[in-house]
Amino acid sequence: MNGNHEEVNIEGLLRADRIPHIWCPGCGLGSVLRSFLSALIKSELPLDKVAVVSGIGCTGRTAGYVKLDSFHTTHGRAIPFATGLKLANPELKVIVFSGDGDLSSIGGNHLIHAARRNMDMTIICVNNFTYGMTGGQAAPTTPLNARTSTTPYGNYEIPFNIPYLIAAAGAVYVSRWTAMHVRRLEKSIIEAIHKKGFSFVEAIAPCPTQYGRKNRQATGLTQMNYYRDNSIINHGADPRDVGIELNGPINVGKFVDIDRATFSDLQADILDKAFPPESKPQTETTRT
Amino acid sequence: MKYWRKPLDQDKVKPVHGRIHLLPERCKGCGFCVKFCPRDVLEESERVNKKGYHLIDAVREDECVACGLCEAICPDFAISVTTEDEMESTSV
Ligand SMILES: Cc1ncc(C[n+]2csc(CCOP(=O)(O)OP(=O)(O)O)c2C)c(N)n1
Ligand code: SF4
Ligand code: SF4
Ligand code: SF4
Repeated sequence: MNGNHEEVNIEGLLRADRIPHIWCPGCGLGSVLRSFLSALIKSELPLDKVAVVSGIGCTGRTAGYVKLDSFHTTHGRAIPFATGLKLANPELKVIVFSGDGDLSSIGGNHLIHAARRNMDMTIICVNNFTYGMTGGQAAPTTPLNARTSTTPYGNYEIPFNIPYLIAAAGAVYVSRWTAMHVRRLEKSIIEAIHKKGFSFVEAIAPCPTQYGRKNRQATGLTQMNYYRDNSIINHGADPRDVGIELNGPINVGKFVDIDRATFSDLQADILDKAFPPESKPQTETTRT
Repeated sequence: MKYWRKPLDQDKVKPVHGRIHLLPERCKGCGFCVKFCPRDVLEESERVNKKGYHLIDAVREDECVACGLCEAICPDFAISVTTEDEMESTSV
């Protein structure tokens, strides 16, 4: 950090041999990734204790671009992989960086159950309202009436309001920003990283190639302008009120920040009662 | 009656100027930096890189206050800013 600007040098956390990345011109994924890496440096966590897990999709490519311990899992399975990683090695800070389709569609069950158990991990969900990588099909996040390659007359499926879903399932930290809010997004990721339990940051990002072009926002820049003109900062908003309509306002901010026992806290409590420390069998699950 | 005043430290605080650095092989000409720079420092140029993307130029670099927003928002890790102080300290 230097001068009067807040930028930290993130180059050391990128696999330089793989840059330029494959993401399209105007895709917001790079901006979100930069906010994440910058947040990670500012969080001052020991980087050898950080693991990044991604699923499949354009967003999922992230695991291959970061010079950290990272794993590119199969489609939808970033959270189960991350859960195993965390339980086997509790001192790791496990961060899942993946797409809305990967996390809330094929991975939807894993998502709600990890939130319910309050697994100690941070999820960064990049929501571009579509399946970018496979040709822009409708996702569970696609707004009503939006055009996608599988909804050429307009989408008639009611989408998930992801913050509401995650909050209802039990997450202790839930926020939403866009790729345009680079500073606030970064700050929120730092908070989420430091939060104990299941923390969730939704980052709305342009996918001009597969989503914007079909919905009168032909470039990444038009999408970013839309975020700038239509975002409403609404900290503490009731998550049930932050659903997104096609080209409508986007509520951003921190919606949930509560404390609740984590899976590992409760596991230790209950197993310590069942097996008081002196009689405790030396197994992997009871060792703390 | 005057409703404004001179900041007490006006002669001590020197405005910070930034220098812009572009990695041409990374830029994809998305225009995020041009659009969101608060000082209107950057512009799309006629120059293109190997892939045919229009590169950007710091046409009003003297106006740059080194806020770092262009660096933070660039999705391609292509642009960065240094302050004059940093330039001096790295050149010694
Ligand atoms: C089991 C399985 N089913 C389907 C696919 C095809 N597939 C690859 S990426 C993807 C969607 C990704 O969407 P999202 O997570 O929103 O990421 P984006 O590409 O938009 O960043 C799908 C359906 C797959 N790779 N594996
Ligand atoms: S298809 Fe969409 S999400 Fe994928 S790289 Fe291109 S703009 Fe980004
Ligand atoms: S934001 Fe980055 S990629 Fe986009 S035009 Fe500026 S320097 Fe190029
Ligand atoms: S550092 Fe700030 S003022 Fe300078 S060019 Fe970048 S965005 Fe503009």
